[in-house]
Amino acid sequence: MSQLASLTLYHNDEARPIIEAIIADNPGVRVLNMPGAVKLDCEGALVVKRASVEERLGREWDPQEIHLVLISMAGHLDEDDDQFSVSWKH
Amino acid sequence: MTAKKLGLKQRYAHMTRGLDWETSYQPIDKVFPYDQFEGIKIKDWSAWEDPFRLTMDAYWKFQAEKERKLYAVLDAFAQNNGQTGISDGRYMNVVKLFLTGVSPLEYQAHRGFAYAGRHLRGVGPRVAAQMQSLDELRHVQTQIHTISHYNKFFDGIGEFQHMHDRVWYLSVPKSFFDDARSAGPFEYMIAIGFAFEYVLTNLLFVPFMSGAAYNGDMSTVTFGFSAQSDESRHMTLGIEVIKFLLEQHPDNLPIVQKWVDKWFWRGHRVLGLVAMMMDYMLPKPVMSWKEAWEIYFTEAGGALFQDLARYGLRPPKYADIATAEAEHISHQNWAIFYQYTHAAAFHTWLPDAKHMDWLSEKYPNTFDKYYRPRFEMWGQMAKEGKRFYNMALPQLCQTCQIPMGYTEPGDPTTICFRRTQFRGETYHFCSDGCKDIFDNEPEKYVQAWLPVHQIFQGNCGGATIPDVLAYYRMNVGADNMDYVGSPDEKLWNEWQADKIKTAV
Repeated sequence: MSQLASLTLYHNDEARPIIEAIIADNPGVRVLNMPGAVKLDCEGALVVKRASVEERLGREWDPQEIHLVLISMAGHLDEDDDQFSVSWKH
Repeated sequence: MTAKKLGLKQRYAHMTRGLDWETSYQPIDKVFPYDQFEGIKIKDWSAWEDPFRLTMDAYWKFQAEKERKLYAVLDAFAQNNGQTGISDGRYMNVVKLFLTGVSPLEYQAHRGFAYAGRHLRGVGPRVAAQMQSLDELRHVQTQIHTISHYNKFFDGIGEFQHMHDRVWYLSVPKSFFDDARSAGPFEYMIAIGFAFEYVLTNLLFVPFMSGAAYNGDMSTVTFGFSAQSDESRHMTLGIEVIKFLLEQHPDNLPIVQKWVDKWFWRGHRVLGLVAMMMDYMLPKPVMSWKEAWEIYFTEAGGALFQDLARYGLRPPKYADIATAEAEHISHQNWAIFYQYTHAAAFHTWLPDAKHMDWLSEKYPNTFDKYYRPRFEMWGQMAKEGKRFYNMALPQLCQTCQIPMGYTEPGDPTTICFRRTQFRGETYHFCSDGCKDIFDNEPEKYVQAWLPVHQIFQGNCGGATIPDVLAYYRMNVGADNMDYVGSPDEKLWNEWQADKIKTAV
């Protein structure tokens, strides 16, 4: 059975660069649009890279800023200064 | 030379180490008296690591920012008379149910995590539980502030806390948290931190809140998503606590398994209210309960339990029954509330033809066969002036406190009914799941405050329905009964009439 790592974000302008970065950096990501929210699922792991978000945002971005637009998640979290990831890998 | 900036992980370690203390004049077991009686064995508290490396300074910074954004939306909504822009006046009844049935649970969660934060002896879980305690307090405050705007216009909102403590169906969510808060600190963490937050709150705060957005309620969706953005942290706490307990000692596994089984089943029962909110109470539905269950329990829960299998933990007992019930639970719950609308603090209605077609499409195996005929019959009776009210008081399940309205697994035409004997008394249950929970701790559940029993014993204001409704502080004719003909409907229709202008 599949093990989807998942992040659900607000569907707004503030989250859009993050959503775009996730889609670009995680091949095979599944996008579920709901009113007001976007659920992004990917087999095994899902990563949000600081550099990718900064490129789209045009400013410095601290991965902890994800707290402002994150609604829900599934998987084990690992975060540092350069990325934020959820995964079922050990 | 400037000092090199620390990385997130180093900074977190630096900011959180040494927050604990060694006792000098009291034995440590006297300072932490509760975290051993449940039988959980912890060898190394320092093995606890909070994966969200949020220090207090960062916590305040991000929470303050979330709070500013939330109140900006609420302010704009109020200035813009946002209440007139919701999809339909009936929608407001989900908000009433939320405020009476869910918001007080946020406060209970705040109290529970404050307790866990005091009584777990490791500094890591104490800090995480303390942050969660603050979050939960923020949630109840923001929900009350948000919904107070609607209280200026709609009935059934003003006495929410009083009602939570007294009204019959609100004893279902209330008893859930009373049960969790009167457990030990580790059971509390599994009940709320794991079973409720990780496995079940997604079903409430994601698809249901998305439904609030879809129905034009920008206030509710904003507090909902703002709350759920804290839940992401709470879920990591829930998953961390279970991993930690299972890694610490093999003896913990059977205890944890029993709690997972128990709290999954209890949580599933409470969420039947949300099933009904999603399938029947959103005038513009977004996703059926069954679809939400597939995404958030079968798929997300499946991934999680597959991961936890390496510790020997199996998926919760009766998960298969709960999944089969996702076909039925919303219809059966709405039918209960329709029959007892004279004692509910919100309005009910029958789904119209279009809504019934949506339900047929979403529940092709069950809706037309078992539920549509009942709703059509009640519609016909109402048309003939014989609107159906059930004036008998139902038998309640001793564990979940829900009226005995659910059916046998695999047989939707037979009411499910179980019983057990304890100290010469007979106790009744709606399911094997609820009976098992009772049989494991009968001394606890015999103390349950069951609304129907209390009414019969004369402890709820008197012997007649008006006496009981007065005890609930229900404004009869405004807070309860059908939406059609209610003051809420009248107000809504006036607003709509104002919107339709004909040019001359």
